[in-house]
Amino acid sequence: MKFGLYGFLFAMWSLIIIGGGMMVILLGPFSIQQYGDFHWIIASGIKVSVALILVVIWILILSKLKNYIFKKELKF
Amino acid sequence: MIDLIIPAIISCILAFSVVYFTTPPLIKILVKKNYTVKDMNKKQDVMVARPGGISIILAIIVSEIILYSFFQLNEIIAIIITTTAAFAIGYVDDRKVMGGWFKPVTLAVAALPIIFLGTYDSNLAFPLFGDVQIPLLYLGLIIFMIPITGNTINSIDVLNGVASGFMVIASFTLSICLFILGNYEIAIVSLPLGFVSLAFYKYHKIPSKIFPGDSGALAFGAMYGTIAIVGGVEIIAAIALLPAVINSFLFLSSVKRVVEHRQIKGKPVEHTDDFKLKATTDKKAPVTLVRLILAGGPLTEKQVGFVIFKLGIFSGMLAIITAFMMGVSL
Repeated sequence: MKFGLYGFLFAMWSLIIIGGGMMVILLGPFSIQQYGDFHWIIASGIKVSVALILVVIWILILSKLKNYIFKKELKF
Repeated sequence: MIDLIIPAIISCILAFSVVYFTTPPLIKILVKKNYTVKDMNKKQDVMVARPGGISIILAIIVSEIILYSFFQLNEIIAIIITTTAAFAIGYVDDRKVMGGWFKPVTLAVAALPIIFLGTYDSNLAFPLFGDVQIPLLYLGLIIFMIPITGNTINSIDVLNGVASGFMVIASFTLSICLFILGNYEIAIVSLPLGFVSLAFYKYHKIPSKIFPGDSGALAFGAMYGTIAIVGGVEIIAAIALLPAVINSFLFLSSVKRVVEHRQIKGKPVEHTDDFKLKATTDKKAPVTLVRLILAGGPLTEKQVGFVIFKLGIFSGMLAIITAFMMGVSL
């Protein structure tokens, strides 16, 4: 059980590193120029949406991992 | 360098001493006024003074004001205001039972000074991959971060000494990471949090003489979150806090809504005849970190606390590795 918790911690850490990398790759170079003064608002809105999607995916993967790592313990 | 060492030493000594010397009289006053709660994990009816947040916030304010006299940083002002506001929110909750919405919403408001004082950098730094500029998203992150760190620390305040002991590990880890990244001023500003937690742990460890209460736990969490933002180490701070994050994640994913602990019907943990802690089989009860730890068999309160501390040390090591990885670019 204790190793399961350490494994889960390590998995969360790995997901943070990978998710962060995806965020930098996807959102870092992203910019919009053709909408005048509003370009940064539109670009930020799109960045927010992509970031939220990434967070949702992150939580879904984490839930699956949790069920896999703790499948024995979670039969409460 | 001496310009940094002297304020660091003075503030750390003050942070530790204020808690160390003000907590015993505070316990006496709280007991005299009957501000006590039952320690649910003791066989006998043991009443424990609460809230210890008063000595915690006093030490934080004193040590940070001393640091401000040396550095005149807006970041210190942001830390003082946000932490004090979080303490006040927790104190209201200690005195009066508030709804589940109260703490998240008011803690989000408590985060506003960080924005108004401009003490943040909207570049979010990730290890290996570099920074990403997210101006609008970052404002949302500030608003969410303080309620999350505050409630996360509050949610692990379930056993004697766990919240303060875990805070010692997480906050010193954060300070070490700030030093590794060369952010020396904020590293020094963060040190009092570790020393306040350490001094409070002396009275909070098993058998507790005082509980931090929501006021203490929220002050700890809010200060930790504010340091993470003003120091630009949000990701590292989240990693150092992972065991507590797991607890919140397990709780939320089993309950599936934001709810106060007292509103939960099922009991995740019960006691054996020799008063060890044991995971229940109640399907209505939330899954928590303590319940998962106890899934392997009954343990004493002290043993469960040490398992949480070991997890804290492990995630602290991952945070330090991450700090070193910040300097590496793929």
